[in-house]
Amino acid sequence: MEIPRHWRLKKQRYSLQGEICPHCEGKIFPPRDVCPHCGNDARTTFTFSGRGKIYSFTHVTEAPAGFEETAPYTVALVQLEEGPVVTAQLTDVQADEVEIGMPVEMVTRKIRSDGDERGIIIYGYKFRPVMQH
Amino acid sequence: MEQPQTQILAHKPAKPVGIVGYGAYVPRYRLPAREVARIWKGGKDEAPVREKAVPGADEDVITMSIEAARNALARARIHAHEIRAVWVGSESHPYAVKPSSTVVAEAIGAPVSIQAGDWEFACKAGTEAMVAAIAMVSAGMGRYALAIGMDTAQGRPGDALEYTAAAGGAAYLIGPAEESLAVVEGTYSYVTDTPDFWRRAHERYPEHGQRFTGDPAYFKHITEAGKQLMKDLGVTAADIQYAVFHQPNTKFPQRVGKMLGFTPEQIQPGLLSPVIGNTYAGAAMIGLSAVLDCAKPGDRILVVSFGSGAGSDAFLFRTTEALVERQRLALQTQDYIARRTEIDYGMYVRLRGKLAD
Repeated sequence: MEIPRHWRLKKQRYSLQGEICPHCEGKIFPPRDVCPHCGNDARTTFTFSGRGKIYSFTHVTEAPAGFEETAPYTVALVQLEEGPVVTAQLTDVQADEVEIGMPVEMVTRKIRSDGDERGIIIYGYKFRPVMQH
Repeated sequence: MEQPQTQILAHKPAKPVGIVGYGAYVPRYRLPAREVARIWKGGKDEAPVREKAVPGADEDVITMSIEAARNALARARIHAHEIRAVWVGSESHPYAVKPSSTVVAEAIGAPVSIQAGDWEFACKAGTEAMVAAIAMVSAGMGRYALAIGMDTAQGRPGDALEYTAAAGGAAYLIGPAEESLAVVEGTYSYVTDTPDFWRRAHERYPEHGQRFTGDPAYFKHITEAGKQLMKDLGVTAADIQYAVFHQPNTKFPQRVGKMLGFTPEQIQPGLLSPVIGNTYAGAAMIGLSAVLDCAKPGDRILVVSFGSGAGSDAFLFRTTEALVERQRLALQTQDYIARRTEIDYGMYVRLRGKLAD
């Protein structure tokens, strides 16, 4: 059980909440309080739009412990529209539909259960192909 | 004591309120009814719907509520920190003890100074939360309150409910009338102790009273609630453009609509059960979202939910000029219905966790 860790990360996991650097305007995800672009203090909260494109991806058939329920699935590096690249599972997509450059959007989904059906449910970001409207 | 026939029983909000934003959600998987009939009835059965929506392995009432709430916020064009209540009605909350509403509130960016809670009243848990949200905003306890009806309904393998028990629902942000896309003209609820359908604690699947679920339950409560509200507000079916009823199958809402004087054309736009199944606490609410997607300013919409156990909440809404520009600010109900991946019974068994260890 890692309840404190999951609890600490909930804002960034549920809604892609990162930071913006007050000095160089750089957008930061995950939040780290120091700007990776200019090295200054950066603690201003910034919520990302959740839109991005697939930078690269791989298919996972032998899932690590805790992720078996959704296997097989695709893990992607997603370049967010604001700049940072995040690693996340894709969802609501067939493996053969995934392409580099594909536009995706963030959704909040079940990531895993901590332990069996008795443990807490961990929620967080995944990405799916952009739905048109 | 019998109430005199002339008494006005409907509630009109003390301070005018309405829907400032709404959002639907339906997961992408569909189980055709013929698949259920193939496995359990040798392929020969008269199915109550064409197909039903099934949640993905990483979806539950919390994740689906988050997406519907985000759509409602996008339409309302307000920031989540202005919300003062987050209420989720469902009969499939992921936890027996630990609120769905706190996860939803945190994920959409609602503040800590809110009311939050999970509501349970079978299929009318969401509309019960909506009545409370209307009362709260009308009383001035908050500018905006969020009421959600969402379910990932349970059907025992081989039971009649397996054809229909589906996943989906909708979220409604209630706020001041002057910002609303549909104003609340009145509400009325009708509740009795009627044991038509239930699920005991720790049981996975519900039990139902077979034919008892019809006349003394569904039809009695919806007609009583709908008739009283229309009478008290001085309107008839002819004054109303659309009517939405709880929809456990295709026939019940059509029949109850006819009993209340509505034509098939008034029922059709909000009748989603043939293509997504019965979304329980979400059913009447997502029917309303489909109607709001296509209604015009000035339209009147009657909504009557039904929850087993049993009761109905009736609402009369009147859409405003603000509706048209907000319809396109988020994904529409039909966008989700059109996103359709058919699955077979085997995949359904896996996605719904029905395999024994």
